[in-house]
Amino acid sequence: MSVTLAPKVSAAPRLTRQARKHRHLLWTVAAAVLILALTYVLPPFRNYQLATVGAYLCVTAGLTVLTGLNGQLSLGHGALMATGAYTVAMVQEKLSGRGQWTLLVAVLAGIAVATLAGGIVGLAAARLRGPYLAGLTLAVAVVVPAVASTFDKTFNSDQGLSVYVDPPPLALGATFPYERWQAWLAWAGALITVFGLATLVSGRFGRSLRAVRDDEAAARIAGVNVARTQVLAFVVSAACAGLGGGLFAVLAQSVSPGAFPLSLSLFLVMAIVIGGLGRLAGAVWGAVLLVALPALTHSVTDSIDVSPAVAQRLEGNLPLALFGITLIIVMLAAPGGIASLRPRRRKA
Amino acid sequence: MRRIWSALAAVALVAAAAGCSGDDGGGGSGGGNVPGVTDTEILVGTHMPLTGPAAAGYSKIAPATKAYFDYVNANGGVHGRKISYKIMDDTYNPATTQQVVRELVLQDKVFAILNGLGTPTHTGVLDFLKTNRVPDLFVASGSRSWNQPDKYPGTFGFNVDYTVEGKILATHVKQTQAGKKVCFLGQDDDFGRDALAGIEKVLGPVAAKQSYVTSNPNVGPQMGALKQAGCQVVMLATVPGFTALSLGTAAKIAFKPQFVVSQVGADLGTLSKQLGAAAPLTEGLISDNYLPLSNDEANPWIQLYKKVNAAHNGNAEFDNNIVYGMSVGYLFVQSLQAAGKDLTREGLIAAIEKGGFQGPGLAPLRYSADNHAGYGGMRLSKVAGGKQTYFGETFETDDADGPVAPYSTPPAAPPANGIPAAS
Repeated sequence: MSVTLAPKVSAAPRLTRQARKHRHLLWTVAAAVLILALTYVLPPFRNYQLATVGAYLCVTAGLTVLTGLNGQLSLGHGALMATGAYTVAMVQEKLSGRGQWTLLVAVLAGIAVATLAGGIVGLAAARLRGPYLAGLTLAVAVVVPAVASTFDKTFNSDQGLSVYVDPPPLALGATFPYERWQAWLAWAGALITVFGLATLVSGRFGRSLRAVRDDEAAARIAGVNVARTQVLAFVVSAACAGLGGGLFAVLAQSVSPGAFPLSLSLFLVMAIVIGGLGRLAGAVWGAVLLVALPALTHSVTDSIDVSPAVAQRLEGNLPLALFGITLIIVMLAAPGGIASLRPRRRKA
Repeated sequence: MRRIWSALAAVALVAAAAGCSGDDGGGGSGGGNVPGVTDTEILVGTHMPLTGPAAAGYSKIAPATKAYFDYVNANGGVHGRKISYKIMDDTYNPATTQQVVRELVLQDKVFAILNGLGTPTHTGVLDFLKTNRVPDLFVASGSRSWNQPDKYPGTFGFNVDYTVEGKILATHVKQTQAGKKVCFLGQDDDFGRDALAGIEKVLGPVAAKQSYVTSNPNVGPQMGALKQAGCQVVMLATVPGFTALSLGTAAKIAFKPQFVVSQVGADLGTLSKQLGAAAPLTEGLISDNYLPLSNDEANPWIQLYKKVNAAHNGNAEFDNNIVYGMSVGYLFVQSLQAAGKDLTREGLIAAIEKGGFQGPGLAPLRYSADNHAGYGGMRLSKVAGGKQTYFGETFETDDADGPVAPYSTPPAAPPANGIPAAS
């Protein structure tokens, strides 16, 4: 049974699984070298932004697999990020000062807890379709601040928790910039995520995902376990969100409900749509936009000479407006998202 | 995978380009190697809630500080340097504060962070500022966290700390409302906790206590619970928007206790604006302050600030937020004058630790090597006939078990030109 495939994967249909894996590995290593070089060129604040892009990439990559390839819309990924972030904060607090390895343990714990949460949401989500699914995941996103203030002894309400992070290892030199270290950590996570997902979705699992997205009945007839595929997709996506959230906690050295508002979940969905739904390249664009657009609007408001009152009003709302406008323009000009732009040009 | 690669490459190019332009614009320090300081300019930054749940009132503070700096700049600056003040909106969201403070320190390379506002917001950036050795001056909050010279040697408070204030307010309640049932509503963070600690040091455990979070603009359940508990005095540790919300919600359910409100949430101008037609609900409200009140026309500081407000702040509606913002500006200029012509971060901190600043405050500033707290006392105020005025003496105390004692030294008069002289 042949299923509609995204052009990216069908581009190399005859490659064996092994060869595909090798190719993915090659690209990943090349990307790692590029990021490494970048972290030496960029000034500290740009490195911090680069690190933020990396953390976002973990989430957008996972989300685009869920929404783009499996057709399940999640408006609750911000909450899954929060799950990972709070877990990292609490594990780091318990293990603080014992060395760099604690961070790995904390992030793995964050992924584990987010995976568990994702599994629970996914079990419910597999029974829901369309607006009902959106409603459920929306509720998950909305509940974060309420949980943080109801269990304020544990989560410290709106103020949140601070995250203990060790300085860069001394082996890297005493004056090693902290932001470069952060970028390394975030992109290590991001590249592992993208490599893992690319390998995963180019194989049998990816075909099952698409089959379920395109036609559940046909997929079932073809022998795909629909419910299992849907729950698995949610679990994989939640694990990525947990990793991304954990990395955010490490970058900001603090977690608070304000870092994971409903608007973050909506922005994530917008970002993968603008970037190109269902494509990992689109997830990269989405992650970049999530960092670049607010920064851009900020410098725009700074440069426009308007009265302080107008500037104040623009300040909070301009990023939202710009995101909306970008979404409209991209959808009009390139319905497949930014990632779909390049191949078309190559054909012409 | 190839497309991911090309996307990454494109991103890398953009980032590199942005990085280079950032290098040109960001640094900008002339001869010296002190971040944010050139021979002609000092760049300082702040994070403020210009929008969001705490913007009411507070959004006027930083523009007022900036206006005072503009006034000083127009009169020749400090040691020949003009002060630039970069104001960043953090919407009172700790996560956004992280972002904007990093931008100020790493990208704009500010000399210092001045008057960053908020307990939950600023608490999250203490470690970052310490790691980067950025002076963190005159935080706009009364949390006791700012006064930890051993842990955070560059951080100084400005406000009277909430525990000191709680003790002073509670002492007044104890004297004038003896035998009444006293309850508490506070913000669910160190602001509320520190205030309650001070209140309970004097009054013992309160009859009922409730808390709110700024992300949920509803205090209906809390007010209902306090009414149910039969509270006769309600002490609030709230930001202005939530003070107004509390007064309004209480009136709606016909709950009429005596409200006693922390200074940070009790500016009458801000509350009246928030309450609109319900502004008379503020009648009888007890609070306190340590700076001259905005309606005290006879006060020479108010006259000075009004002059600056007219000339450099677009004649914004004059309230206690403006008085506060300009007082912060005055203290910062005093610190710069004391630090001398060769301005360094270490030199500035040493100058502040030397202390001895005289300004508009009714209570003493007691900065020293082992005290980084802000003002040390308060005078009570009351709203009567739609006007907020002081009554009684100024009191001072500490955040431990020290007594609440009157403080009688009168505030200093402002210098003739309104700018602190070089010392």
